[in-house]
Amino acid sequence: MIAALRCVIFRDLLLAARRNSDVLTVMLFFVIVVSLFPLGIGPEPKLLRTVAPGVLWVAALLASMLALNRMFAADHADGTLEQMMLGATPLGLVVAAKVFAHWLVTGLPLVLISPVLAIQFDLPRELFGVLVLSLALGTPVLSLIGAIGAALTLGLRGAGALLSLLVLPLYVPVLIIGAGAADAAASGLGGNAQLLLLGAMLIFAGAFAPWAAAAALRISVE
Amino acid sequence: MSVNWFKYSSPQTFFPLAGKLALGFGALALVACAIGLYLGFFVAPTDAQQGESYRIIFIHVPAAWMSMFLYVVMAFWAGLGLAFNTRLSGMMASAIAPTGALFTFIALWTGSFWGKPTWGTWWVWDARLTSELILLFLYFGFMALQAAIDDPRRADKAGALLALVGVVNVPIIYFSVKWWNTLHQGASVSLTKSPTMATTMLTAMLIMTFGFWFYGIAAVLLRARCIMLERERGSDWAAQYARGYARTAA
Repeated sequence: MIAALRCVIFRDLLLAARRNSDVLTVMLFFVIVVSLFPLGIGPEPKLLRTVAPGVLWVAALLASMLALNRMFAADHADGTLEQMMLGATPLGLVVAAKVFAHWLVTGLPLVLISPVLAIQFDLPRELFGVLVLSLALGTPVLSLIGAIGAALTLGLRGAGALLSLLVLPLYVPVLIIGAGAADAAASGLGGNAQLLLLGAMLIFAGAFAPWAAAAALRISVE
Repeated sequence: MSVNWFKYSSPQTFFPLAGKLALGFGALALVACAIGLYLGFFVAPTDAQQGESYRIIFIHVPAAWMSMFLYVVMAFWAGLGLAFNTRLSGMMASAIAPTGALFTFIALWTGSFWGKPTWGTWWVWDARLTSELILLFLYFGFMALQAAIDDPRRADKAGALLALVGVVNVPIIYFSVKWWNTLHQGASVSLTKSPTMATTMLTAMLIMTFGFWFYGIAAVLLRARCIMLERERGSDWAAQYARGYARTAA
């Protein structure tokens, strides 16, 4: 079973590596959205410093949503998904492996590039750790919740806009607590509570979301 | 004595029952709302701090209660549909969503009418307001998902799963928003106003709640009847009903 999961992860990573433009698009989207904010709200450094965590979080949320469509679409189109459903490995675990691979490809780059963007916003250096950690804990939750939405909207017309309508309200707690981590650290409270909550969300979503997404896939494909 | 719990789980038997129930609950709703509004607007005393403007709570609070209650009921029918694979449960869930969204919208709208004279602003990012807004988005998401799927069976199941995921999330959303709010602005605005409420106020509000509840039941059943007819249009009983309706109309 572990071998099957490893196989799924490597396969998805390989597919992503062969079509690396998809990955780059998500990352560029993230960078561009973040860069738009100073243009929209003005270059005042003090203002930028306060909004930086929120802006980075909202942009990461939108970028990860942008990538959700592709989580199951290609496998659905060429029949691989049906084979995975028929296979011996429980579908929930396969979905978990796919979500993990998807996060490695679309979530992790955002986490890694976020310090560079935080420099643009003149975020104090001591907040970088909290910000990066909050994104590292939070973006997998986004991918997990998003997997449910992606599975529900699989093969529907106008799936992209519909997906955002389904998933964004469910993202709210992650956004609040994720962006709150750096804010709390900035105000001297320390972001530990938020980081722990994000960790709890990750465990909760990691335990349940793949099964919900698997059930959604069965509904969509049957 | 054995009870056949599933007797009314078929659209054919439920359709006439739903019609009668809708009529009964509709009449009850009319009576309760009339009494409740009369008590609320004419009998209940003027609030010492807020003057007459507080009277909107007789609509606002019951609507807010119903908006949350209906989401849970919707998730209940959705879960029942997934568990027992009954057609009617999915129809009930889709029939509840618009009424739930309506109550959510009324709660937000009247809340902002209340907020202007009381707090001096139409909108604050208060925990309850924000989570109510997100609840409205959840209703919209449910309806949009069902509208996008052509196959009614798939629409029911997909909607059911979304409703269940939503109902797990609603408390998390509420508490995260509450926490975020206290973190950002401190206790600037509190919705918990007068600690003791005059008995007439409470009575009027409870009667209004029942009025809205009964209205919700009637509206949902009427909508469920339409959905039943639409989905079962190929069946004999629906054709018979349509013929009978045509005859009485002619």
